[in-house]
Amino acid sequence: MTAYYLKLAWLSIRKNPLLTSLMIGAIALGIGVSMTTLTLYYVMSSDPLPQKSDRVFAVMMDTWNPDDPYTELNDGSAPPPQTTFRDSMALMESDIPTHQAVMLHKGFAARLDEDGARPERLSTRATYGDFFPMFDVPFLYGGGWDRNADDRAERVVVLSKRINDKFFGGEDSVGERLMLDGTPFTVVGVIDEWRPIPHFYDLNGGDFDDSEELFVPFQVPISLEYYADGSTNCWKPERIESYQDFLQSECVWLQHWAQLDTDAQRDEFQSFIDAYALDQRKLGRFGRPLDNRLNDVMTWLEFREVVSDDNRLLMVLAFMFLAICLLNTIGLMLAKFINRAPLVGVRRALGASRFDIIRQHGIEVLIIGVMGGLAGLALSWVGLIAVRSWYSGYEYLAHLDPAMVASAIGLAVFSAALAGLYPTWRISRIQPAVHLKAQ
Amino acid sequence: MLDMQDITKVYAAGLIETHALRSLNLEVKSGEFVAVTGPSGSGKTTFLNIAGLLESPSGGRYLLDGQDVSGFGDNARSKIRNEKIGFIFQAFNLIPDLNIADNVDVPLRYRGFTGSERKRRIDEALELVGLSSRRSHLPAQLSGGQQQRVAIARALAGDPALLLADEPTGNLDSLMARQVMDLLEEINVRGTTIIMVTHDPELARRAGRNVHLLDGQVSDFQPLEPPPAEADDDDGVRSVA
Repeated sequence: MTAYYLKLAWLSIRKNPLLTSLMIGAIALGIGVSMTTLTLYYVMSSDPLPQKSDRVFAVMMDTWNPDDPYTELNDGSAPPPQTTFRDSMALMESDIPTHQAVMLHKGFAARLDEDGARPERLSTRATYGDFFPMFDVPFLYGGGWDRNADDRAERVVVLSKRINDKFFGGEDSVGERLMLDGTPFTVVGVIDEWRPIPHFYDLNGGDFDDSEELFVPFQVPISLEYYADGSTNCWKPERIESYQDFLQSECVWLQHWAQLDTDAQRDEFQSFIDAYALDQRKLGRFGRPLDNRLNDVMTWLEFREVVSDDNRLLMVLAFMFLAICLLNTIGLMLAKFINRAPLVGVRRALGASRFDIIRQHGIEVLIIGVMGGLAGLALSWVGLIAVRSWYSGYEYLAHLDPAMVASAIGLAVFSAALAGLYPTWRISRIQPAVHLKAQ
Repeated sequence: MLDMQDITKVYAAGLIETHALRSLNLEVKSGEFVAVTGPSGSGKTTFLNIAGLLESPSGGRYLLDGQDVSGFGDNARSKIRNEKIGFIFQAFNLIPDLNIADNVDVPLRYRGFTGSERKRRIDEALELVGLSSRRSHLPAQLSGGQQQRVAIARALAGDPALLLADEPTGNLDSLMARQVMDLLEEINVRGTTIIMVTHDPELARRAGRNVHLLDGQVSDFQPLEPPPAEADDDDGVRSVA
């Protein structure tokens, strides 16, 4: 019977193309708007490190002004989200974390050794070798570097896949040389496609930035006396006349992450940080109430308001819009079905049960839902293209993935089923005798 | 075949109650061809709807083919309609989007027959009404008489025991009406019980028995005799003495 009902549904759709188009259009519009918003929300709020986000922590230490809390962030009295150089260096001495990395963002001009071409300025992350195992960075060739390379500020570099394709034609470039700011660096690894969204480990440049093209040991830019390209915040009036003065200042400008696999490890590292802070207090630092935090990845993203209240409100509004579209669809469907009452009366007289009528119309509703879903997907796709072109920083965010495509179809079918529930129920309850004479 | 005992039907609209049928008693034997006549508002259509299980009576007992169907639920009534009753309507009530064969197929689909069985029954029914060559036509492409023959084929395809016809020739000219009546008589001769509601005394005369309804009650039922040649005003209904 399902094939028969499909045929009847198709005949019905073909008979009233305008009415059907209006229903499909209403569902598509609602789905398109809600899926565009939902896609953005879904990607924004997704876990960038799902396999271990609860074991990787952003380190926050309250080195800020004792008389004026760091108020940029949501709870007004939270520690600054970045760390000072000397505090991070002190924490790096601890062997409690499984992995630990301080990092900064900097641009380096890159070119091939023998290449006379103009160098290209590339986004570079200077960090510790632990960065790669801590964030499960996938490697295509080679790997990261060890702690000795960190300590000695070795001129080694890990390339993104795109840069390896560009400079080395996608071949295994481990051992090759790349000139960075005029200094030769040896390629030790090439990472595969890796683009955590959000760009959780450094939210300064934008929550949804692309990942970096180059990775070098943290001490490289320090030894070159480079400042970070990211955000640097200072609260204390200090005489900063040299790079060393800057490194010893109270300015926060580094991101500090640690992998702590067990609760005991976490407690121990928290105690270590607190003890360090209390020790520093004796030197006149850490004047604020003791508030050092270890935020796991998702807590960190929530704390940094990567998904803002505006985004949530927008999503609520989008789903309210979908509800309005569905109400319109209910009206259109009701009109269409009730208009068909005489024919349903005939079918009932010929032996169709109420359930038969429900199945017949239910299948028609589902077909309209699927068509509305597909049209809605197309609208979502257009909507996301518009988001990508209108707003910078959303280039890697506004994409439909298979899960969202499946969700869109599911939502459309569910919505259509919801919209068709009442009209289908109504048409199944008609009194055939009333309509047989009237036809 | 059909036995109605003290059947009543009351329609309530607010405080107003309309008694469409009042203690109606009627028995129709298997193989009979009964014409039901009566003035407008006499309850003919209500009787037919109850006989066809399209409506439930407000009171009384209705035995169809020996089975008390008065209290049957919607599903059971649908099943009996599908298996035991065929309907012929004044307005034909064909489904305009389906071709002739598919129209005849409708009750067979709900019956759950296999594809080959449905095809055999459709072929036979269309053959009986002489429309085999039109099986792919849409209803709108046929004349009124042909459409009514399709409706008859649809009613017969499921091989029902009872055929209910509501003014089957009401929308047809006299020639086509006669052809349809010829067909109904042929069907009746083959053993199908027919109850036909009509205003037309000439058609009523062709039935084996005439039942006259008045104010929701049977006022007269007895076999009709051939009409006297001079009785121009005879409406085919004889009062019970």
